[in-house]
Order: sequence, then structure tokens, then C-alpha cells
Amino acid sequence: MPSPDAVRYARHLLLPEFGRQGQQRLLNARVLIIGLGGLGSPAALYLAAAGVGTLGLVDFDVVDESNLHRQIIHGTADIGRAKLASAAEKIRSVNPDVVLELHEVPFGVPNARALVDAYDVVLDGTDNFPTRYLVNDACVMSGTPNVYGSVFRFEGQAAVFAAPGGPCYRCLHPEPPPDGLIPNCAEAGVLGVLPGIIGTVQATEAIKLVTGMGESLAGRLLLYDALRMTFRTITLPRDPECPVCGDASTIRTLVAYGQTCQPSETAAMKDEMTVDELHQWRESGHPHMLLDVRERFEHASAHIEGAVLIPMGTVMQQLELLPRDRTVVVQCQSGGRSARVTAALRQKGFEAVNLAGGIHAWRMAGYL
Amino acid sequence: MHVNVRLFARLRELAEAESLTVEVPTPATAATVWRALCVTVPALTPFERAVSCAINTNFSRMSQPVADGDDVAFLPPVSGG
Ligand SMILES: [Zn+2]
Repeated sequence: MPSPDAVRYARHLLLPEFGRQGQQRLLNARVLIIGLGGLGSPAALYLAAAGVGTLGLVDFDVVDESNLHRQIIHGTADIGRAKLASAAEKIRSVNPDVVLELHEVPFGVPNARALVDAYDVVLDGTDNFPTRYLVNDACVMSGTPNVYGSVFRFEGQAAVFAAPGGPCYRCLHPEPPPDGLIPNCAEAGVLGVLPGIIGTVQATEAIKLVTGMGESLAGRLLLYDALRMTFRTITLPRDPECPVCGDASTIRTLVAYGQTCQPSETAAMKDEMTVDELHQWRESGHPHMLLDVRERFEHASAHIEGAVLIPMGTVMQQLELLPRDRTVVVQCQSGGRSARVTAALRQKGFEAVNLAGGIHAWRMAGYL
Repeated sequence: MHVNVRLFARLRELAEAESLTVEVPTPATAATVWRALCVTVPALTPFERAVSCAINTNFSRMSQPVADGDDVAFLPPVSGG
């Protein structure tokens, strides 16, 4: 192991609690950041600047213009580029000594355990419930601390899960919420600076775990309210009856949860198909029309081959473009907007079916 | 008795309030408070199975008793990143 750079880390070395030993521990550390979005962007930049020796990055998405108001590791010139390539370039410019391990794959059941096992600390920067539960379960089974953060509109939360003796995400919320209950992804707005606050809290906790400084957030849930500018903590002990980290755990192997992003509760809840079903239709030549109701810029960054683009706001004025002799499969980014269009089309007598999880699920399933 | 209810994220949005006072009969649990809250704000009802709760800043089960003047926080899961 090389010794830490005395000039670059001079202000760390001046801290008695940190010093040369803390810097050396950072240099020896391996941290896995899952998701280079709003949370992962600031976390990756600060962990790289701080001198974490090895950063593993997991993401398979591309930079979209609508990401830029919060995902500060990416710039305007990166639109359409892979997030990993964009992030790696910024990290190398901040600190060329950081060893980067780029995992341009969906974080899924087949690779979750191997990825988590290969690192000392995991930082959850994901944006959907199925992946969050998978990160949690893999970290509990692996015994790797999971530095959790999550945001909604003007509020954020952070915690350290799966630390020795501490709680996990399922101690807080034992099961994922029912489909459609919580607005997700593109449907819920977020103040751009908010994930910056929470992502840097996550980076702080990761540094503390690695160096052994201070008092970890493990055992507490931090709740931040940007509008009222309040930080609250609630104590959150490990639940002995937790399904995954409890004394008699019932979840002992990793399981996948279907949808990656749920439609809002106002949307139609039936008349859906899964990405696997659509894939089968396409393979077998089952007659249908695939209708992409996202905006033009979203379609430009990625789309399912053969999908016809009619943005949601104009579909109902262009019904003559839609067939009445076969199924119209309606698709958006994550299944929310398309669920509403599906409901509206069915009222007009079309045989419309919503593609659950949208292009996100399509990509997660490996079809894109 | 009265308890002070604090709401987070989607619950706050639906109730259009960050905090409110709820009256419940004695004895009561966090679940009693939740059900009283859902009478005032019916839109919260579907969250029954997804919501977590803290009494006086300690994470608690819904079966936990509450006392007059307690602060009861209800937290829905949040997934944004
Ligand atoms: Zn647990």
C-alpha cells in the first residue's frame, strides 16, 4: 500500500481524530456506490476527494437532461452518455489516485451478493424499492454495512443499516409497499439540492465507518426537512422479529420484487403486463402496437426498438394513429404515466395494456 | 386524550399538514391514533400496511400504547434517489 499524500490530505492529517491512521484506513478501504444519481453523485465526489482507495460504482443508466439539476457529477456535455463513464471521468479529475471498479450492470439477484461481498461498505444511492430491498438483504446476509439515503420532494432520510448489532431497512419497513402506493421516479418532484445534503451525509457516515471515528448513525434514522430546515433523529434499534436480520429470520435467500417503479394510486391498477410477457409477445410475433408516451427527450436517450412515440400530452388528440384491431401496449419510463394513458384509452374503447415498470423494468430485465 | 401527530413525505402531502392534534379514547395505541387520523384524512387509509411509527422519537410498533401529550410520528417508505 502506498502512503497517503501529505499535501493533498493535509487538512485531514491536521485533525487529531483523523490523522495519518484515518487517512491510511481510507486508502485501504473499498466502498461500493450503487446508483450514480442524486445521492451517488455527491457521495462519489466527496469519497474520491477524501481519498477512499477503491470506489466500486454500479449503474447502467445514461445521463438525461432532467437529471442535471441534482446529479452534479454529470454535466451538460454528458447528456446521452453512460453515467458510469461520465462519473469516472469526473472522479479521475478530482483524484486520479482512486482505483475505480466500474460495474455497468443492473444490481440484481444474480450479482448482488458477489458485489456487496467484495466491498467494506455499501452506499445505497438507488431510486426504487425493489433495488433498495435487494441492497439491504444482500448487505445483511453479507454483514456489510449499508449506508442508506432516500429523498422525496423536500424531505430526506439517512441511516446506517446492517452494521454489527444495528437495525436494517426491514426493521423500519419490513416489506415493500403495495404496488402503486408511493409515487416514484419521474412522478414525484425533488428539490435538486436535497439529495446533495443526504448524499453527503451518506459519504460522512461511510468515512466514519471506514476510519472508526465518532458515533455512527447506526441505530438511528435521520429525518431532514429542507423547507423547515430541521434535522430530527428517531432511535431505531434492531427488531428481533425482523424478517431478514431478526433472531428467526424468514428471508434467507435474495428475492426479486417485480416492479422497479410503481404507478401512482390514481392510476389504473389492472390491465397490466410485465416486461417478460411483452418480450414473449415480441419473440412470438403476437400482434400489438407498442406506444411510448414519454417526452421526446426521454425517447431520444433510450427507447424500446419499434416503439411509436406519442407523448402523453398529445395522445388523446391523435387517437386516429392507434389501431383498434390489436392490443396497444402503453409504455413510459417507469409505468406511472402509461398507466394513466392506458386507463384513458380503455375508456375510449381501445384494447390498451400498461407495461408495468416501463422501459426501466425492460432494461432491468436485460432486454434493452 | 390528545396526541400530537407528525406526518412525513407522502402522508404530509395527502393530509396537507405536517403536524396535527388527534383525540383518542384512553387507553390507546399507535394503531388507535392511526385509525383516528384516517377518519380525519381518509386518503391515508391505504398506507396502513406500509406506514412505520415513532412515539416520542423512538421507533415503535403500532401496538405500542400512547399517553396523553405524546408525539406520534408516522413515516411512509420513501424511495427517491
Ligand atoms: Zn432488520
